[in-house]
Amino acid sequence: MIPPLALEICVVCLGLFLLMADSFLVKTDKSALAYGAIVGLGCVLVLSFFTGSGGAGMEACGFYVTDPQGMFFKRFALLATILTLVLAIDYAPVVERFIPGSAPQAGVGEFFVLPVFTCAGLMWLATAADFIMIFCALELVTISFYVQVAYMRRSAASLEAGTKYLILGALSTGFLVYGITWIFGMTGQTNLQQIANVPASAGLLFGIGLVLVALGFKIAAVPFQFWVPDVYQGAPTPVAAYLSVASKAAGFAVLVRVLEPFLALSTLREKLLPVLSVLAALTLLYGNLAAIPQTNFKRLLGYSSIAHAGYLLVGVASYGAVFAGRAILFYLFGYLVMTFLAFLVLVPVAKATGGEEISHFNGLGRRSPGLAFSMLLAMLSLAGLPFTVGFLGKFFLFEAAMSQQKYPLVVIGVVTVACGFYYYLKIIRAMYWQAPPEDAPAITVSLPSRVAIIILSALILILGVYPQPLLRMLP
Amino acid sequence: MNPLFSQSPLLFLIVVPLVAAAFIMAGWNARFTALLGASVSLFFVCVLLATYPTLGPGYQFVSSVPVVPQLGISFTLGADGLSLVMLALSALVTVAAVAVARTPEKNPQWFYACLMFISAGVIGAFASVDLFFFYMFHELALIPTFLLIGIWGSGDRQAAAWKATIYLALGSFVLMLGLIGLYLVQPEGYRTFDLRRITMMAEAGLITDAAWVYLLLLTGFGILVSLFPFHTWAPQAYASAPAPAAMLHAGVLKKFGLYGLIRIAAPILPDAVRQYSNILLILLVGNILYIGYVTIAQRKLDWMLGYSSVMHMGYIFLGFAALNTVSLTGASMMLFAHGLSIAALFALSGELRARTGTLDFAELGGLAKTMPAFGLFFGFAAMAAIGLPGFVGFAGELLVFFGSFSGGKSLMGFAGGKEIFALNNFQIATVCGVWGVVISAIYMLRAYRRIFLGTQNARWSGLPDLAGLSRTALTVLITVMLATGFFPQLLVKLIAPALLP
Repeated sequence: MIPPLALEICVVCLGLFLLMADSFLVKTDKSALAYGAIVGLGCVLVLSFFTGSGGAGMEACGFYVTDPQGMFFKRFALLATILTLVLAIDYAPVVERFIPGSAPQAGVGEFFVLPVFTCAGLMWLATAADFIMIFCALELVTISFYVQVAYMRRSAASLEAGTKYLILGALSTGFLVYGITWIFGMTGQTNLQQIANVPASAGLLFGIGLVLVALGFKIAAVPFQFWVPDVYQGAPTPVAAYLSVASKAAGFAVLVRVLEPFLALSTLREKLLPVLSVLAALTLLYGNLAAIPQTNFKRLLGYSSIAHAGYLLVGVASYGAVFAGRAILFYLFGYLVMTFLAFLVLVPVAKATGGEEISHFNGLGRRSPGLAFSMLLAMLSLAGLPFTVGFLGKFFLFEAAMSQQKYPLVVIGVVTVACGFYYYLKIIRAMYWQAPPEDAPAITVSLPSRVAIIILSALILILGVYPQPLLRMLP
Repeated sequence: MNPLFSQSPLLFLIVVPLVAAAFIMAGWNARFTALLGASVSLFFVCVLLATYPTLGPGYQFVSSVPVVPQLGISFTLGADGLSLVMLALSALVTVAAVAVARTPEKNPQWFYACLMFISAGVIGAFASVDLFFFYMFHELALIPTFLLIGIWGSGDRQAAAWKATIYLALGSFVLMLGLIGLYLVQPEGYRTFDLRRITMMAEAGLITDAAWVYLLLLTGFGILVSLFPFHTWAPQAYASAPAPAAMLHAGVLKKFGLYGLIRIAAPILPDAVRQYSNILLILLVGNILYIGYVTIAQRKLDWMLGYSSVMHMGYIFLGFAALNTVSLTGASMMLFAHGLSIAALFALSGELRARTGTLDFAELGGLAKTMPAFGLFFGFAAMAAIGLPGFVGFAGELLVFFGSFSGGKSLMGFAGGKEIFALNNFQIATVCGVWGVVISAIYMLRAYRRIFLGTQNARWSGLPDLAGLSRTALTVLITVMLATGFFPQLLVKLIAPALLP
């Protein structure tokens, strides 16, 4: 049995080691770093199943809790990082083109190493139980994301995305700190576990509201979503995938963790749940409606990630339902699987066709049946068609919401699901209805991507029919 | 015992089309494999039908694997008389659809694989006892339909495919809410999606008869069955769909909604059904009369058939709304009868389109001269759709009308020494329904006259008559309709015990 904290330490050491290796590996292909990172993170993922309940010093201070939910998010972060690195291997040539340098592959090394540090931040965040710790971990994640989003410094789009993300990220950080200050002022505590039996004063509500705003930025809830489409479109594709999955999941992990002590108090619950419901409803409507006219696939996925934040918020707003917590985690895992699958197919297709518009998928069904089928699965799952993991996720969330009598939310959810069918099926239409372009070059997929695509496709179907293995792992 | 070795034979029935689809995608001869798969299914259903009476009433061939025990979801297969009838319909129409299908030039594998997927979906839905899987299997058909209409359809196929898909997706998610509602009105601790247990709880009076659940179910199923204000997707989709897709969809898949209402709402929420019967009666009269007149106004055969299939749903809804054993038996027989007749009609319309390239009444005419057998088959199928005596549709309609006329509170008889004579809402709806028979006779006979009688356009002088597999398939369909029409007892014996307790 190893203490849980050792996992983060391992990840940080792995990152430092890879940075060192990067500076010594002058002649070798830099993707060796990515493979090293994947193997290393994979080992940590395996180790995470052999952790004991620490008793470490930090835990005694209440900084750090190791509950099943925290462990789930740690593994989630590891998995998301591994998949991001798989994407990054395929995407590296594009990054190379946009980075000036004397040596070949100059600057590609850090592109593989930075996600490892983000991963460490995400893992800390998952088990942080104190506002100070949450803030530090969140900053580690966000700052490493600033670098990654703006990584391709010759690409104007990437720089623009980076700037936007930096400004709005900084703004949300300000909100977070200010909110924490208010909460600390009203309760005298920064430790979430010790906040109990506080009166619902206006100051406390103000503080919680500010924290909600800050987390709203992270999970891309309406009205704090406006950075999402531009950043997703401009950021390097692996980073966009990472941002849409890991960053959002981290946001939800913190949201659930932070709200838990407050929602347990009935006086605050009455005030907070309506706010969450309104946020969920707005996010659902905006994300789904704005996605309808999109023609750029990455942008579409950006809006769809807003929409999915809406469904997850429905789960948060159904606090009190027996299945709500598990439903959120299940949905997040399904979201990881289907989003990464979509991005894994996007990267080789975009490389071969030279663009990320939906029309670049035309005729994929005939050009590359395997890739098209995987994309079909990803889209169907995102849309929420039965026999996919996305449907079960929605089913669990709606069940939780209905058992809490959130009927208006559920009705909005159902109407927006129908919108979702429209824009996800647009990809399917492009792939199967349209004819491929005449002079289409062949699409090549690297081996790690191929393995990942097969595994994720299988996961979508298996968990869509038999979700027990995952459900049993959830708290 | 290892659950894999104690599986129900029904699982085999679901797996066969899926395996056929897999082989088709792997490069086997698409048409042959599809036909083989469909025939194996049909043969197997016949075996089940033959063994069922020896096993006694209620659900047989049951097997169950827990899937999400936390929410009472399990993969439970089973069949009673009613589901067996529907399974027979599914298998029969699948064989017919594959038999009359014309292999398209582009991507024939996908075409047949899509058909097999729809078949697996409907068979799975009718073989499921667990409501969750009942629902899931129905959805399996959604994407193949989208692809079939979008790739191989005719006319304004893109718009039709979008409209049908979005409508059906919305309908099925509303239905999902209804099913979740049905789950939540059960007493806590006993909640389940197993239809047998829910029905038992309802009989024991443990389930509050929640009207909102029924309304959700009615809306969800109503959209899927093209109940009057939610019908606009159907005619367009059927007009554009390739013939086999229209056959499977109008013939079998659409019956899912009514089957669900008869199966779920009638035994479990009868009070809610009665409470809201007036709304349903108004809507179904809209189906019968309004859509009936719209059908008369159609100038193309495919649109006319699309509308007529919407219109005929009204009768079945009438049988459901009246909620007595006679009317429900009639409604269930209509499910079977209409499935076969509309499948035959869509098959013929597809054949006609393939021969002439048009389905416009103004351009056709006198075809019986060159294609006598074609005309004969069309005549039979049209008569069956109208519900002429001798066809199973007649038995179904008759039972529906008998049942619904005796539905509700009778307003005839003596009150206070005075004779009163008034019709209640059910009886008024029944009168409208009988008028609907006249309407369907008008448009069917007119279509027959316009296409097959009159002077022949010289363009159509060399058309080949029906032959080969299509002819065999249609012969089988019409024979089954006649056989069950002359001996409706065959069906009644299977269906009636499965209905209201």
